[in-house]
Amino acid sequence: MASGLSKSINVNSSKPAKQGLYNPTNERDACGVGFVAHIKGKKTHDIVQKGLELLTNLTHRGATGYDPKLGDGAGLLMQMPDAFMRKEAVKLGINLPVVGQYAVGNVFLPQLPKNRQVCEVLIGKIIAEESQTLLGWRDTPVDNGNIAQAARDVEPMMRQLIIGANSIDQNTFERKLFVIRKRIEHAIRALDLQDKAAFYIPSLSSRTIVYKGMLLANEVGVYYKDLNDETLVSALALVHQRFSTNTFPAWDLAHPFRMIAHNGEINTVQGNVNWMAARHETMKSSVIGEDLEKLWPLIVDGQSDSACFDNCLELLVAGGYSLPHAMMMLIPEAWSNNSLMDQDRRAFYEYHAALMEPWDGPAAVAFTDGRMIGATLDRNGLRPARYLVTEDDLVMMASEMGVLTFPQEKIVKKWRLEPGKMLLIDMEQGRIIGDAEVKNTLATAKPYKQWLEKTRYFLSDMPKVEGGLEMAADLLDTQQAFGYTQEDIKFVLQPMVDNAEEGSGSMGNDAALPVLSVKPKLLYNYFKQLFAQVTNPPIDPIREELVMSLVTFIGPKPNLLGVDEATPPMRLEAAQPVLMLDELEQLKAIATLTQNQYKSIVLDITYPMAQGKAGMAAAVASITSAAQSAVQSGFNILILSDRNVSADRLAIPALLACSATHEYLVGAGLRTSTGLVIDTGSAREVHHFALLAGYGAEAVCPWLAFETIKHMDVKDSKEAAKKFVKAIGKGLYKVMSKMGISTYQSYCGAQIFEAIGLNSAFVNQYFTGTTTNIEGIGLDQVAEEAERLHISAFGDDPVLAKHLDAGGEYAFRVRGEEHMWTPDSIAKLQHATRTNSATTYKEYAKLINDQTRRHMTLRGLFEIKSVGSAIPLESVESAKEIVKRFATGAMSLGSISTEAHATLAIAMNRIGGKSNTGEGGEDAKRFIPVASATTMAKVIGEDVIVKDIALQAGDSMRSSIKQVASGRFGVTAEYLASADQIQIKMAQGAKPGEGGQLPGHKVSEYIAKLRFSVPGVGLISPPPHHDIYSIEDLAQLIHDLKNANPKASISVKLVAETGVGTVAAGVAKAKSDHIVIAGHDGGTGASPISSVKHAGGPWEIGLAETQQTLVLNQLRGRVVVQVDGQIKTGRDVIIGALLGADEFGFATAPLVVEGCIMMRKCHLNTCPVGVATQDPELRKRFTGQPEHVVNYFFFVAEEVRELMAAIGVAKFDDLIGRADLLDMQAGIDHWKINGLDFSKVFHLPAMPAEVSRKNNDVQDHGLVHALDNKLVALAKPALEDGKKVVLDVAISNTNRTVGTMLSNQIATRYGSAGLPDDSIHINFTGTSGQSFAAFLAKGVTFELTGEGNDYVGKGLCGGRIIIKPPVKFRGLAHENIIVGNTVMYGATTGESYFRGVAGERFCVRNSGATAVVEGVGNHGCEYMTGGTVAVLGLTGQNFAAGMSGGVAYVYDEDGLFAKRCNMSMVALEKVEAADAAIGKVQHLNQPDEVTLKALIENHAKYTGSVRASSLLADWTTSRSKFIKVMPIEYKRALTELATASAKQAA
Amino acid sequence: MGKVTGFMEYNRLTEANLPVVDRVKNYKEFVLHLSDDQAKQQGARCMDCGIPFCTSGCPVNNIIPDFNDLVYQQDWKSAIDVLHSTNNFPEFTGRICPAPCEAACTLNINADAVGIKSIEHAIIDKAWENDWVTPQVASYKTGKKVAIVGSGPAGLAAAQQLARVGHTVVVLEKNSRIGGLLRYGIPDFKMEKIHIDRRMAQMQAEGVEFRVHQHVGENVKADDLLAEFDAVVLAGGAEHPRDLPVLGRDLDGVMYAMDFLTPQNQVVAGDVVPNQVLATNKNVVVIGGGDTGSDCVGTSNRHGALSITQFELMPQPPVQEDKQLVWPNWPLKMRTSSSHEEGANRDWSITTKELIGENGKVVALKGTKVEWKDGKMLEVSGTEFTIKADLVLLAMGFVSPVEKLLKAFGVDKDNRGNAKATTEGVESYKTSKAKVFAAGDVRRGQSLVVWAIREGRQAARAVDEFLMGSSTLPR
Repeated sequence: MASGLSKSINVNSSKPAKQGLYNPTNERDACGVGFVAHIKGKKTHDIVQKGLELLTNLTHRGATGYDPKLGDGAGLLMQMPDAFMRKEAVKLGINLPVVGQYAVGNVFLPQLPKNRQVCEVLIGKIIAEESQTLLGWRDTPVDNGNIAQAARDVEPMMRQLIIGANSIDQNTFERKLFVIRKRIEHAIRALDLQDKAAFYIPSLSSRTIVYKGMLLANEVGVYYKDLNDETLVSALALVHQRFSTNTFPAWDLAHPFRMIAHNGEINTVQGNVNWMAARHETMKSSVIGEDLEKLWPLIVDGQSDSACFDNCLELLVAGGYSLPHAMMMLIPEAWSNNSLMDQDRRAFYEYHAALMEPWDGPAAVAFTDGRMIGATLDRNGLRPARYLVTEDDLVMMASEMGVLTFPQEKIVKKWRLEPGKMLLIDMEQGRIIGDAEVKNTLATAKPYKQWLEKTRYFLSDMPKVEGGLEMAADLLDTQQAFGYTQEDIKFVLQPMVDNAEEGSGSMGNDAALPVLSVKPKLLYNYFKQLFAQVTNPPIDPIREELVMSLVTFIGPKPNLLGVDEATPPMRLEAAQPVLMLDELEQLKAIATLTQNQYKSIVLDITYPMAQGKAGMAAAVASITSAAQSAVQSGFNILILSDRNVSADRLAIPALLACSATHEYLVGAGLRTSTGLVIDTGSAREVHHFALLAGYGAEAVCPWLAFETIKHMDVKDSKEAAKKFVKAIGKGLYKVMSKMGISTYQSYCGAQIFEAIGLNSAFVNQYFTGTTTNIEGIGLDQVAEEAERLHISAFGDDPVLAKHLDAGGEYAFRVRGEEHMWTPDSIAKLQHATRTNSATTYKEYAKLINDQTRRHMTLRGLFEIKSVGSAIPLESVESAKEIVKRFATGAMSLGSISTEAHATLAIAMNRIGGKSNTGEGGEDAKRFIPVASATTMAKVIGEDVIVKDIALQAGDSMRSSIKQVASGRFGVTAEYLASADQIQIKMAQGAKPGEGGQLPGHKVSEYIAKLRFSVPGVGLISPPPHHDIYSIEDLAQLIHDLKNANPKASISVKLVAETGVGTVAAGVAKAKSDHIVIAGHDGGTGASPISSVKHAGGPWEIGLAETQQTLVLNQLRGRVVVQVDGQIKTGRDVIIGALLGADEFGFATAPLVVEGCIMMRKCHLNTCPVGVATQDPELRKRFTGQPEHVVNYFFFVAEEVRELMAAIGVAKFDDLIGRADLLDMQAGIDHWKINGLDFSKVFHLPAMPAEVSRKNNDVQDHGLVHALDNKLVALAKPALEDGKKVVLDVAISNTNRTVGTMLSNQIATRYGSAGLPDDSIHINFTGTSGQSFAAFLAKGVTFELTGEGNDYVGKGLCGGRIIIKPPVKFRGLAHENIIVGNTVMYGATTGESYFRGVAGERFCVRNSGATAVVEGVGNHGCEYMTGGTVAVLGLTGQNFAAGMSGGVAYVYDEDGLFAKRCNMSMVALEKVEAADAAIGKVQHLNQPDEVTLKALIENHAKYTGSVRASSLLADWTTSRSKFIKVMPIEYKRALTELATASAKQAA
Repeated sequence: MGKVTGFMEYNRLTEANLPVVDRVKNYKEFVLHLSDDQAKQQGARCMDCGIPFCTSGCPVNNIIPDFNDLVYQQDWKSAIDVLHSTNNFPEFTGRICPAPCEAACTLNINADAVGIKSIEHAIIDKAWENDWVTPQVASYKTGKKVAIVGSGPAGLAAAQQLARVGHTVVVLEKNSRIGGLLRYGIPDFKMEKIHIDRRMAQMQAEGVEFRVHQHVGENVKADDLLAEFDAVVLAGGAEHPRDLPVLGRDLDGVMYAMDFLTPQNQVVAGDVVPNQVLATNKNVVVIGGGDTGSDCVGTSNRHGALSITQFELMPQPPVQEDKQLVWPNWPLKMRTSSSHEEGANRDWSITTKELIGENGKVVALKGTKVEWKDGKMLEVSGTEFTIKADLVLLAMGFVSPVEKLLKAFGVDKDNRGNAKATTEGVESYKTSKAKVFAAGDVRRGQSLVVWAIREGRQAARAVDEFLMGSSTLPR
C-alpha cells in the first residue's frame, strides 16, 4: 500500500515506505484498554454507551500526532447486536436466519470503486467455495466530519458483509468463518491493489463485531453512527485506545482485534512468528481438518505484535482449545520458580510449555469470544488492570479506575488483575470464574501430571555416559583457531570461574567496530543485542528471578493442535541450555538412554582447509542438506559440532552453521521435528551463547571453554566449569531480561539482534529478518576471517608460539585492537587543555579524526562535503554561541568524586553549556551561584571536599541538567525545581536495558546522605523505571516532571539501536522537549563487559534514524535532539549536526581533561587520579580545573568553526540534518570496509521544505488544564504568608499529577524544608488520576476519599497522603484495592496512609518515607533503601527483593509470609516488646513496637481504618503476628554506627 | 593485575647498591637485583592500567603489566617468556636503560612509578640463573643469507630475530670483540660483559656467525658483502663524536670520552692496552652532562682522580618536572647517576672558552656561564672562570655514523648524516641501496640501547618480508 513520496501529494496521507533507516516494522504501540460486561449476559445499549464513555475517559492514555485531531486509533468490540441487525437487514431486504446462523463482518474496503468491486466479487466467490451463503452487503453509516484530514485521506469504505450459515452448528460456522476470512485476506493481498485505503476485515463472526478505526477515543461513537442506535445492544463492550510511536494514519492497526485488545508489547514476536511458521508441516488438527492448510500463511508479514498474537489465538481456539486454555498457553504465569503453585497447575504449564513457547512481554490482554470475556496479565504484572464488580452484575475492567463511575454503595468488589492471573466472566454460566477456579479446572481436566511423569526425561536424571574430550590439535592452536585472546582468559573466563558471574568493565568502548578492525573478528561480534526502551520494560533477572526460566526442551515439539491426542509425545528437558561435556555425551547416546525415543546425530561443521575460504558456502549448504536428510530419516536431535578442527580442518563459524540450519529447517517445515544442539569451541562469552540461542540453538556445549578452564589457574576445575556455566546462565538472564523476555524457551529463535557490518545478501540468506543497515562483509569475508585465524593458529608466528594473541579489546594493548583513546591522544588532550595550547589540541584532534589508517568509527570513514566555497572564519558563528550546545554526560556523584563532578558543573556554567548531575542527587548547597570568589570546600564543606578548587565570583556548581533514573536517588521536589532540564534516563549506552550499580565501597557518608541511603551499602538501580512500562507511562512521567518544574525542559535519553527513531517519535508524541540519542560506546562506572561490547549501536546510525523518523512524522521541530557517545572533537560535532543533532554530549573527553587516564578501574574505587573514586586519599590526587574543561570546549568549538568556514556554512543551524553533505571517504581501501554502504544513513526523507529539520518549536504540555493551577491559587495564603489553608476539591481520573506544581511552588520558595506540617490540607473526593500527590512537599496533606490509581505518592518528599474508601462503599477495606501499582516509588520523606490494598511494587525504591497500607501486591518494598512500611494485611510474592535499608512490618495473617518474602537480602525478626528492645540496635532510634504502634494509631486516626482499630484492640496478640523485615546490610550499618557512637561517647 | 590496592599499600623500592667505598675499588656491577619478595611487592604496585602507558613509553613495547603481574604471582618462568617476547636482551636494558617506561607509568603522575626496570632486571637474572634462556633454533632454514654490519644492540637484535626464522646470519664487527657500544662504551661497573658473552653463545647456538675485525670500507668491501649475502643490515652505530672547537683542543690530555672509556673496558676484559690514559691523581674535567659523561666520572673515580668536575652547556634542569605538562613523556629533569653519587662536582650553563696548556699538556680550562634566551645562548659577562684540568674528557654526544661505512655502500644520507631510511610502511628500514637495510643509531642517530633493540627487531622483520614476501616476526 505504501507509495513513493512526492511533493504533489499530501505526504502524510499514507504510511511511508521503508526508506533510509526508517522501517515501518519497528513501530510500537501501547494503550489504554478496558471492558464493561454484564455477568449474566444481559444485553443493553447502556453497556455499549458505557464502553464508549470508558473509552473517552482513557483518552489521556493515547496520543495525537502533529495534528491534534489525528489519534492513533480506537475501537469497540461487542456482541452481535441481533435485533439491530435484523432491523437493518429488513431495510436491505435481507432475510436473516436465526441468531447464530448468520455472521456480520465489518470490512474496510478500498476507496476506488473498481478496486472495491474486485474485492467484493472475490469475497462472494470464496464464500460460495466454502459452501456458505453471502446474504448481502450493508453500507456502514459513518460521520467522518470531525476526523483529521490525514485520516480521511486514507479512510476506507466501510461496509458490512452478511453471511448465512449453511446448516452447520455455530462452532463449526465460526471455524468456517475463520477459514473464509483467511482465504479472503490471502486472495486480496495477492491482488496487490494500489489504493490509499487498506483492505481489512476487523471482524467476521456470528458472535462478535468490531467497530474501530483511525479515530480519537471519543470519536468512535461519533464516527460509527450504528453505535448510537438504541436497538444496538450487547452484554459486553471491549474497548481500546492506542498510543502509537508513529503518526502515520493506519486504520487497520486499531484494536480490538477479533478476539483481543492488548495493552503491552510482545518482545518475542519475531521468534513466535518464526516458530509458528516452523510448525507448518507438522501441525495437524482433527477439528479443523483439511481446512487447516487454507489458513497458511497463518501470520503474515507486516502486522503488529498484537495482531500476530490474535492470529495465533484464533488458531488455537479454532483448533479446539477453550479461550482460557489458549490464553494460558500463550501467556503462562511464572511457574518454574514458583514454589507456591499447586502441583497440578504446575504440571499443566510444564506440559504445555513443550507445545508453545510463551508470547512474552508486558501485557494486559482482554479477550472475548462473545460468550465469555476476560483478561489476563503477563507473568510480571507489567501493565495495570483494575476491575470492579457491582451488585447489579456489571463488571468493569480498565487500565485505571475512575474511567466509569458507579454508585459506591453498589460496588461489591474492587480489585486488580494480578501478575499472571486471569479474570474470566462466563456470561453463559452467568458468573465470574476466579483465577484459581479457571486454572484448576483446566489443570485437572487431563492427567497432565501423570503424562509428564510418563513422558519427561530430565537430562540431569539420566545415567552418566563415559567419554572425554578428544581434540584434533593441541590446546593453544585450537584456542587460536577459535580466536581466543589473552583477554578472553583474563577478562572473560577468569571472573566467571572465580565468581560465577561475568566480569565488570568501565569507561565504555572506544575500540574499533568489528567491521572496521583490521584484526580477524568472530562472526558473533558483528551482532549487537537489542534491548527494551520505553515501549517495554526490561526485567531485573536477579531481584525478580521468580519470573525467569532457563528451562530448555531439546528435541521435536509436539503437534500444537494435538489437543485430543491420546498419547502425549515425549519431551527431553534440561534445566538450562549450557551443556557440560558429559551432558553432550548423554545426548550422543540418547537413543540408548531413551530406548530409541530420541535419536541423535552429530554433524561435523568443519571442512577441509584445502578448500580454503571458497569452500565455506558449499560446506554450509552440505550441513543444511545433511540436517534435512537426517531429520527425514528419523533423527530428532541434531548436534552440530566443530570438535574436528585441526591444522587440516577449518570450522564454519558455529553461529552461521546454527542459524543456517535452523532457518533451513524452519523453511522446510522440519524444525519442530528436531532438536538443535551446538557443540562448539568458539562459544565462551555470554554474547556467544545469547546469539546461538537467539538463532535457534536449544542447547550449547562449549567444549573448548571447558578445556581452557581446565588449564587455567583454578583450584578445582570441575567446580570452575560449574561456575562458568552458572555465569553464562546469569548472563543469559541478563540478555533476555534487557529485552523484557523471561524464558529461554521464548528467547530461543527470537533473533533479538541487529547486525552491524554484514551485507544484506548474507543476512537475508542465513539470518533472515535481522536488521542490517550499513551493509558490510559477506560470506566471503566471514570465511576469510575464519581462514586467517586458522592460518595464524596453525602457522609459525613466533608471537603466537607460546601465547594467545594479546587481544586489546577491553584494554589498550600495543599490537592489540585499535582504540581512540591512546597514550598519545590522552597526553595531547591533557597537555593542550592544561596549557591552553591550540596547537597541541590540533595534534590531539588529528589523532582522533584521521582514521585513514586506523579505522575505528563509522564517522571516521565519512567525508564532509562543501556547501559552497570556503568563507572567512570571522563570518562563522562565534565559539561562544556554539559551546552553548554542549553538555557533559550524566555521570553521577558517586561514580565520580565530588571534586570531579562539581568541576564539570562550574566549567559548563561558565561557558553557558549544561552539566548533568547523573543519577545520584545533588547537594542543595550547590544550587546557588557564589557571589564572590571563594572555594569549593568553603561552599560544600571542608569535611566533604578533600581537594579544594577555587571559585570565581558568579561561579555555580549547580548541574543544570538533573537526571531522573530508575533508582530515583535524591530526586526531590527541590532537586527537580533546581533544574533547567530534567532528563529521564531510559537507557545508558554502556549497558542499555540494565540498571546501574554503585558498589558499597563507593557509598560514602556524603553520597549516602544525598541518596537517602546507608553508607557502605551498595545501591541498585532497577533495570526499568517502575513507572515506565510503556510509552503512555513515559508520557505520564514527562507530565509529572513538567509539573514538578514547569520551567524545565524534559529530556528523554535513549540509546541507539535499530528502531530507536520510532521510539523517539513516540517520545516526541509523549511531549518530551528534548531527546538524547546515545551511542553504544558511552562510558560508565561499571558494567558487565558483554554489555559494554555487544549492546546497542553506533550513534551515527541511531541519530540518523531518529532524524529521518522525526522528520517523516513532522515531529522534529518540537524537540531538541542531542547526541552523545565518544564525541571528542569538533569534527564529531559537525557530523552529529549533519546527521540531525542540535546539541552534543561529551563525557569521557571532559573526564580525560580532568585527569582521567582510562584506567578502567572505576568499579574498583581505585582510580589513581581521583576522578572516579570516593576514597579521600585518592581524591587528593585530583588535578582537574574548571579552566581546563572550559579550554577544551572552546577548542572543540573553534575546530567546529574552522570546519564550518571550510565548507562554507556560517550558521550552525544550517548544518543540522544536512546528511546530504556526508559521503563515504574516498581512498580508504580495506577488504572488510569496502562493502559498507552508508546510503541509508545519509538518506534525506523527501518532505516538503516547510517540515522542520531542526528544533524550532515547542511542545504543548497542557499545564493550563491542571487542577494544580486552582490549588496553587487557593493555597496562596499558605504559600506566601504561612497561613493554614483547608480546601475541599472534587477529583477524577483525568486529573493527573495533582499536587506537584503546588509542591514546586513550595520547593522554589522554601527548599526541602517546606512548610510547617499540614499548612495546606486538601480534602479530595473521587477517583484520582495517575501520579496523585507526586513529589508532594512538606507541609501539604492530601486526604482523598475515594481511591487512587497508579503512582500515588511517587517521589513523595515530605507531604502526607491519606486515602480512604468512600463512606458508602461497603466492602472490607483490606480486601479491596485502594491504590494502584508502583505507589510511593522513589519517595524520600513524608508519610502515607492507605486504607485498603495497594497493587504491585508498593514502596519500590522508597528511601525514607513512611507508609501504612492494608495489603500489597507482588514485589512490595523492592529495592527499598530507607523508610518504614507497615503492611496490615496480605502481601504478594517477592516482598523485599533487593531491599537494603529501612524496615517493613508485615502483619502475617496466614503465617505464610516467609514464603512470599525474597530472603536474599533481608532477615525476618519478631517485633519485640518495647522494653525488650532497649539497648539493641534500633531503627529510627526507638523500639520497633513504639514505631509500629504509632503508625497503626495514626492510620486509625487518619483513615478510620477498622483493621487498625481491631489490631490495636488486642495489641499484644497483634504485635506477635507482625514480622519485622530487616535488611541484613542495614542491620550491619546500624550496628557499626552504634559501635562508632559508643566509642565516641567513651 | 598485581594487587588491586597494591599501589596504595607499598612504596617504590629501589635496587640496593653496594656502598660507594667498596664499589669504586673495582669495575664490578654494584646494583643488586631485587629479592623475590621485593620483586613481588613491586609487582603488586602495578595497577594494570586500562591504557598501559608504560608499554607505549617503552621503545620495544615491553608488556609490562603482564610481567609485573606474573612476578607478583611469582610465576617467573612465564614472566621471562613475556619479557622475551618483546625484548631480545632484557639483561642489557634491565641494567642500563634509563627506563622511559617508568616516566610513562601512571603512578608517576602523582606518586612514584612502579620499579619496572628493577623487575625486568630481576626477571632476566632469575632466568639466566635457572637456565631458562635457551637457544631457539629455527625449525627450518630458508637458505637466505643476511649480513649484519655492526654488533651493537641493533645488530645483535636483528641477527637473533633473523636467525630464529631460519636465515643464515653473519655479524661483522670491526673490533676484536662483539658487542659494539655495549662492549666498549659502557663501563663494566654498569654492565659486566659476561652478559654479552652469554647472549653470543645463545645466538651462536641459534646459528649466528660472528666475524670480528671486519671493517667495512677498510678491510671488507661492500660489494663483496652484497655478492655474498641476500641482504645486508647496516647497524654500525653513530660513533662520530661531537668535537669542541676551542683553543687548546689539540693539547695533550684533551680527548674524546670513548677514547678514555674503551681502553678501560679492554683492560677489564684482559686485553693489553699500551698507553692507556688514566685519571689517577688528575684533575678531571668532563664536558657534557649526559650518560657518557657520567661514565667518565665513574671511571675516573675508579682510577683515583684527584678531582672530577662535570660541565653541561644547558641550564640545570628542575629537580622535579611539571608532571601535569610532561607526563607521560620523558621529562627533562635533574638526574643524579650512581657515578655522581661516587663523587663529582657538577655545574650547568657552562661553555668552554679555552683550554690552557703548558708544555703541550692541558692544565686548565677557561669557561664562562651562559644563559639561554629564545633558544639562543648568550655568555654572561663577568662570569669567566678558570679551573685546573689535567684531563679533559669530551662527552658531548655523537653526531653521525662513521662516514666510511655509508660511503662504502653508497647509501643516501639524511640531513644529519645518518643512513636514510624510514621506519613505517613497506619500505621501512630500506636504504637507497637495494637489499641494504639500516637500523639503530646508524639510521636514527645517537640514542638508547633500547631504541637500538627496537630498530634491530623491526628491521629484521623488514628484511624477512623482503626475503620471503611475508613475515611472522613481530614489529
